[in-house]
Amino acid sequence: MSVHDFIRERFFPHMWCAGCGHGTILNGLIRAVDELGIRKRNLVMVTGIGCSARISGYVDFHSLHTIHGRALAFATGVKLSRPELHVIVPMGDGDGLSIGGNHFIHAARRNINLTALIMNNRTYGMTGGQFSPLSGLGIKASTAPYDNIDNSFDVVELAKAAGATFVARTTTFHVNQLSDLIKAAIQHKGFSVVEIFTQCPTYFGRKNKLGDAPQMLQTFKERTVPVGSPKKQEDPSLIERGIFVNIERPEYCDEYQKLLERTQEA
Amino acid sequence: MAKKKLKQHVINRNWCKGCGICVSVCPKKVLELDELDKALAARPEACITCKLCEKICPDLAIIVETEEVDEEAKPHE
Ligand code: SF4
Ligand code: SF4
Ligand code: SF4
Repeated sequence: MSVHDFIRERFFPHMWCAGCGHGTILNGLIRAVDELGIRKRNLVMVTGIGCSARISGYVDFHSLHTIHGRALAFATGVKLSRPELHVIVPMGDGDGLSIGGNHFIHAARRNINLTALIMNNRTYGMTGGQFSPLSGLGIKASTAPYDNIDNSFDVVELAKAAGATFVARTTTFHVNQLSDLIKAAIQHKGFSVVEIFTQCPTYFGRKNKLGDAPQMLQTFKERTVPVGSPKKQEDPSLIERGIFVNIERPEYCDEYQKLLERTQEA
Repeated sequence: MAKKKLKQHVINRNWCKGCGICVSVCPKKVLELDELDKALAARPEACITCKLCEKICPDLAIIVETEEVDEEAKPHE
């Protein structure tokens, strides 16, 4: 199949700004599902609100564009009622970790078989560049014109601590790793999280003088290293990419099914 | 053994937004932006069909079409 078989071409060109990394994530996601050979009718995408959330309108899967921060709650309902479907939940950093922070940790704790993608551009793009819980110290935003004094979450550490059984990170520069990690996350049985650094040249880039989209991608290339790279010892400010957690634990829908069978026998 | 060779770059000019990402990541400097800021394969003969441009384009505007070539027919490769 080609990329065009997986998208709703009538909505293209899409609404994202020139150079927005969200389109590259859409591109990597489509390659991942194509390579896995999953039929479109077995794929569900659930999103909340934000530039990131618009992704559910562009894929030709079953799709739900829901409310801010609550994509995982809707996705949990879909998955529990139809566990045979693959449910993919792309979220922005604000949508997923601020408004939806509670849903995120509890979906991880339950280990429900969903694929959560955190499209992390460190800002609220749709509403004009406010800082998010992933912006980090010293960042400039429309709501932090001098400097942001809020510490940020580390998505990988948060997901690990909350109980996610597959946790990975990559960037929109590393396009082969992007589709490989999404593939692995979809195949993993349990709650999987892939954090993807993505560029918002319009707000995050402009406010922080990070240059245009190609320059922001160059920074992703220079500032990240594969997990376990000795370079990280020399320069602890580098950020690791790759798979951090990949373990098996009882999955929520399975346990629910077992419980049903047990109580129905009795 | 069969090998992949470039057939053509299919660039959707209606979808391309001229971000320049493909131009910047191409290892062989095959691509340029034209006077309307649309991607253009200026040096297709240098393309190694790595498909980085196709995979990174945020607008799904490039497809790198390849064809199989028979190595035996090209003794110098
Ligand atoms: S505002 Fe930022 S995140 Fe939103 S579409 Fe534009 S570049 Fe992308
Ligand atoms: S990456 Fe895509 S949208 Fe950007 S200039 Fe190249 S073809 Fe156009
Ligand atoms: S396939 Fe690779 S070498 Fe060819 S134009 Fe695209 S990025 Fe350049």
